[in-house]
Parts: sequence; structure tokens; C-alpha cells
Amino acid sequence: MSAAEEVEVVTEGQAVEAVPKRAMTLGYGTSLIVLAVLILIPLFVKNFIIFQMTMLLIYALAVMALNILTGGSGQFSLGQSAFYAVGAYTSAILMEHAGMNYALTLPVAGIVCFGFGFLFGQPALRLSGVYLALATFALATAMPQLLKLGYFEHWTGGVQGLVVTKPDAPFGLPMGQDMWLYYFTLAVSIGIYLASVNLLRSRSGRAFMAIRDNEIAASAMGVDVALYKTLAFGVSAGITGVAGGLGAIAVQFVAPDGYTIQLAISLFLGMVVGGVGWLPGSIVGSAFIIFVPNIAEGISKGLSGAVFGVLLFLVIFLVPHGARQVAIVAQQLAAKLKKN
Amino acid sequence: MLSTVRIAAISAAIVAVAATSTAAFAQKKYDTGASDTEIKVGNIIPYSGPASAYGVIGKTEEAYFKMINDRGGINGRKVNFVSYDDAYSPPKAVEQVRKLVESDEVLLVFNPLGTPSNTAIQKYLNSKKIPQLFVATGATKWNDPKNFPWTMGWQPSYQSEAQIYAKWLMKEKPDAKVAILYQNDDFGKDYLKGTKDGFGAKAASSIIMEESYEVSEPSIDGHIVKIKAANPDVLLIYTTPKFGAQTIKKTAELGWKPLQIITNVSASVGSVMQPAGFDNAQGVLSAAYAKDGADSQWNNDPGMKKWSEFLDKYMPGADKTDGGYVYGYGAAQTLAKVLEMCGDDLTRANVMKQAASLKDFTPDTLLPGVKINTSATDFAPIAQLQMQRFKGQKWELFGDIISGDVPSE
Repeated sequence: MSAAEEVEVVTEGQAVEAVPKRAMTLGYGTSLIVLAVLILIPLFVKNFIIFQMTMLLIYALAVMALNILTGGSGQFSLGQSAFYAVGAYTSAILMEHAGMNYALTLPVAGIVCFGFGFLFGQPALRLSGVYLALATFALATAMPQLLKLGYFEHWTGGVQGLVVTKPDAPFGLPMGQDMWLYYFTLAVSIGIYLASVNLLRSRSGRAFMAIRDNEIAASAMGVDVALYKTLAFGVSAGITGVAGGLGAIAVQFVAPDGYTIQLAISLFLGMVVGGVGWLPGSIVGSAFIIFVPNIAEGISKGLSGAVFGVLLFLVIFLVPHGARQVAIVAQQLAAKLKKN
Repeated sequence: MLSTVRIAAISAAIVAVAATSTAAFAQKKYDTGASDTEIKVGNIIPYSGPASAYGVIGKTEEAYFKMINDRGGINGRKVNFVSYDDAYSPPKAVEQVRKLVESDEVLLVFNPLGTPSNTAIQKYLNSKKIPQLFVATGATKWNDPKNFPWTMGWQPSYQSEAQIYAKWLMKEKPDAKVAILYQNDDFGKDYLKGTKDGFGAKAASSIIMEESYEVSEPSIDGHIVKIKAANPDVLLIYTTPKFGAQTIKKTAELGWKPLQIITNVSASVGSVMQPAGFDNAQGVLSAAYAKDGADSQWNNDPGMKKWSEFLDKYMPGADKTDGGYVYGYGAAQTLAKVLEMCGDDLTRANVMKQAASLKDFTPDTLLPGVKINTSATDFAPIAQLQMQRFKGQKWELFGDIISGDVPSE
């Protein structure tokens, strides 16, 4: 038995495959190329594509947050749409009712969601695997109704939602609202990405992964399992909340119907397509959930759902580990070419 | 004397010259999305997701414009109808509308469906001065030409319909004890508000119960049992079709016979009355503005014959009991009329001007006597309804056509 096979035997039966922490990120060279592309594209395209790219980054953040939770600490969540909604509403309410600057609402949204996620993580401690997924699923289905409650209507706008004002570029910068918001989102995303990478490389990150790989072994090594599991929930919810806040600003509108279980499933799907546990894959997963439905619609309007299903099936069938697998294959090819 | 005649003659001549010269100068004027050969019309509608049943409306409109194009188009221009799926999600609606405006470069956005989606795109379209024409939602807020001069509704507002019911009840059944069953969303709440406004000071004493349900509930039987326990003698059913059928069926099963009034949204013979059981639905009241495709009384109606021929030719196999086919046809016909009135001046400003100048226009599918009227201050095209009672297997209209204009807030 070779070493590789041994590893496979060990990980078999585990829901989430163990990903070594180095493999969770990109090399410097590739990172810089991706960054350059993200910075340069808006200069050459129409405003609506810039808007789409803004949404791409926002969903990528939300997918990445889920990736930290699932890929990092091995916990499932189908309730990310609830955290996203709380973040979106926090930003929208602070902007429209309290007149707060949009940029300042984001950290508040993040903190509120961190608290919310951390608290939700407490009861979730007793659950694992599919049961945890179900509990979070309940959260996602409850959220749109909670937002409609008459009790909160004064702030949330009830079923009518809230219209948010889009910010202009500051300091008289010569760029449109869309472009400014894109670069703003890009800056926030890079910040959060770097922080997440560092988190996973830190002591806490190692604790997350130890819990993911084997809870009992982790606690035997002195990891406070309960604390780190809830912490992972909190961090994930906090990042999702920031993404939600950015989403509210970009779309200029929040309404209960925007944050249904559909969104949670999309984010989950994005994570799987991008590769569970591989943070850079988040942007690929995000692109999948934004653009593939449009492609499916282009193929057949009446059967767009079915076409989407087929495309999804093909991806899962051909590259079960998502974009990460593609990246690894590409890397190996590149290495081979170099040798020759 | 002579001089006055001369002055009159001279001024007449001047007027004539002026008239002919303006005619000569009336050149073709276009905004983005219109040209000598084409008018580009954008649309978003849920083809997928929870509200995908409404996708029929978009398909009907597409087929309607295909028919128009086969007949030579509008003033010689073909209509290019570009319709995208928004899955009833506001963020997706914004994305798709921006695609229509910035990538496809449409002249106007026509009949986008759903209150959340329309709210999400309203500010954007108004700031870009692009018509958001004949939105497919009955919320009252679309009739607001002062603040949103580029947005216009089409169907009667939910609130005005609810007011009609309240007023009818106050007149016919002044001592009624009313219970309201409504869907817990913008649609249901608009009806609730309209009813209360209609009852005015009597609202508190007349309405003895307000019961809401969530659209995600599989069955509302429990709510009906609860309402019956309060013993009202009038039940207002402000639901979407599936729940409307359940309500009528359940009240009959309970052997309970209150006076039932069901919203126009759920008055379809094919998708509500039939599943609820014709026996159970006898005597139910509603109000209508359009003819029902499944109602045999319109079999010889010239307008509905045209509609039926259109379906046979352009949408073979269509289920004529589905109200979406009637709706889409009527809305598309209204847009075709507006574009025709625009003549060669296909600017966005003129589209709005013409849409606000409809006088007694009657699409094939509207009830006899219901007319579309708009003006610079009235952005609610259809504001009339007629009460109807279910008898046998169809609706019987009764009473006068009632106008229920709700002024913009």
C-alpha cells in the first residue's frame, strides 16, 4: 500500500475531505495575476458587467465564509442566507434610518452577524453532519418570515422591503457609482480574504482543522472543541453578514423575498463547485451560481432549471472536487511543460 | 370690416403655412432601442423559482409580438421582445434589467412582474429615464407620476378592489361580521389595507378577525377551522389561487356557509373554482376586469374569439383556463397600442407621453364597459371592476361597472 492510498483510507467515511492548510490558498504569482485581472477588467467593460462583477465578489465572499465553516471546521450550514439577510438588513437600516455612512455599516453588519452566528453555534454544538444541516435549514426558512413580522416593520419596511441609496465615489474621483462600488467591494474582499487565509494558518485555524479531521483527537490535544466550533460559526456568519451588507448597497434594495432558502442552497452549491476547503475556489463557485443560470436560460427558457441541473451534474461528475481539481491538474501540466 | 376679413385671411394663411411646415419637419425621432426597422422591448418575469407559474405571461407576450411582426409590425417596425428570467428574486431582477438596458439597449422595460422586483428596479429605471411600463403587480404605489414619472401600472390596484368589496358590503350587508383571510406578503397586506380604508370608521366594528397565512404553508385548513370558530358571516378570501381553492373547499366540508368574496387574482374558473368543486363554489362573489378564458359565456365574444385564434395559431396546446394567457394578451395589446400612437417619434419621453394619453382604449380581453384611461396625473390604466357571482359553472356579472381609483399617496 502506497502512502497516497493510506491517506485515502484514513479520510474515507469523513464528510469533508481533509485539506492540508497550504493547499487552501494560491501561490503568490497566481494571486497577483488574478488580482491584476480583477483590477483591470472594469476599465474596459460596460457598467452592467461591472455590476455583475461586484455581485461576483460579494457572492464569492459569502461562499468563502461557508468554506471556512465547512472546509475549515467541518460543519455544514444551509442557513447562510439568514446571516446574509441579517447583514443586508443591518446595513440597509443603518443607512436609511440612522443616516450612517455605507462603509461604516459594514463592520457593524459583520459584528451583528458574528454575534448571531456565535449564539446560533451554541445549540448547534449538539448536532453534527446532516442534523446540523437541517437545523441551519430551519434558520434559513424562518428568516424571510421573521423579516416580515409586523413588530419589526417600522425598521424593515415589512414585506415592501427597504430601498437603499447608492453611494457616489468619494473625494470627487472621476468614476461612476458602479465602478467605485466595485473597487470598494474589491478592497473589502481582498482584506477579508487575506484575514481568512491568515486565520486558517494561525493557531485557531489549526484548531478548526483538527476538529474537522478528528474531534476526539483534537480535544485530547487540548483544543476547546465547543469554543472553536462556535467561533467558526461566528466568523463565517460575520463574513457572510459583510457580504450581505455589500449586496444591499449594490442592489440598492432589501426585501424578505431576496433571502430565501434558494440563496442558501446557491451558496452551498458555489462552495462545492469551487472546491470544498479551497478558498480561492470561492470566486469560481460564485461565478458558477451567477452566470450558469443565465447560460441555462439562453439555452432554453422553459427548461432553464433542467438545463442548469444537467450542467451541475456534469460538473459534479467530471470534476467532483470542483475548481480545486482543475487547478491541480493545470498546475501539474504546467510543471510538466517546464520540465520539457 | 374689410381689414378684419383681411387680417383673418392672413392669419389663416399663416396658420396653414405653419401647420404644413411642422408636418414637413416632423422627422423620425429615435432613442436607444428604436430604429427604422425595429423597436426593442425588454421584459423580466419569473420563468423559474417559486413564482414560475407566471412565466406564461411572458411567453404569451412574446407570442403576441410575433403575431404583430407577422402582420407587418407596428408602423412598419418589428418588435424585438427580449425577456429574461428573474426567478422572482430582487437582486436577479436588478441584474437582468441592467442587462436589458445597458447590454441589449432596449427602448423600454415592459410588464416586469412582482412587487419586490419592481421596487428593486424602479429607482434605477427612473434615474436613467427609461419607461417601466405597465408593471405586472397590483400594488397601489405604481400610480405616482409626481415622484416616479417613468413608472406606470396596468391592472386595477389591489387596494381599489378591496375598497369595492368593503363598500358593497356596507351597502348590501350593513351589519356584517367580517373575517379576512390574507396572504402574509405585500399582496395580502394591500388588500387588508384597502378593506379597512373602504370600511372607514366602521372597520373596527365590522372586521372581527384578521387571519394570515404564509405562502409556504402546504394547506390552510387549520386557518379556516379557526376562522369558523369566531363565527363571522362574511369571509373575505385574499389569497393566491391554490389557497383560494382550498378555502372554498374547506368551508364546504365544514358545512359552513358564510358569504364568501374571493379576490380577482383567484377568481379563475379553471384553476380555482373547478378544483374547489363547482357545487362548493355556488354563490361566491368576486370582481373582475377581464374576461375569463374558461368561461363559456364569452365563446361568441369577438374579442375572445380573436384571443382564442391567437392561442391556437401561436401557442398551440395552451391551457385556456390559465389566466396568464388572458393577462399577457391584454397587456401586450396595450403596449402595441401605445407604440402605434407614438408614430415615428420613438423617444422614451414620447412613449411615456403616449402611455399617459390613452383614452377609452379597450383591449380584446377586458370586460365590456371596462376602459383604459390615463392622463399626466393618472398612471393607473385600468381602474374599473364589476361585481360577479358564481353560478353553475361560470361567473355572472351583476351591478354596474364600479370605478375604484385610489389616488397616489
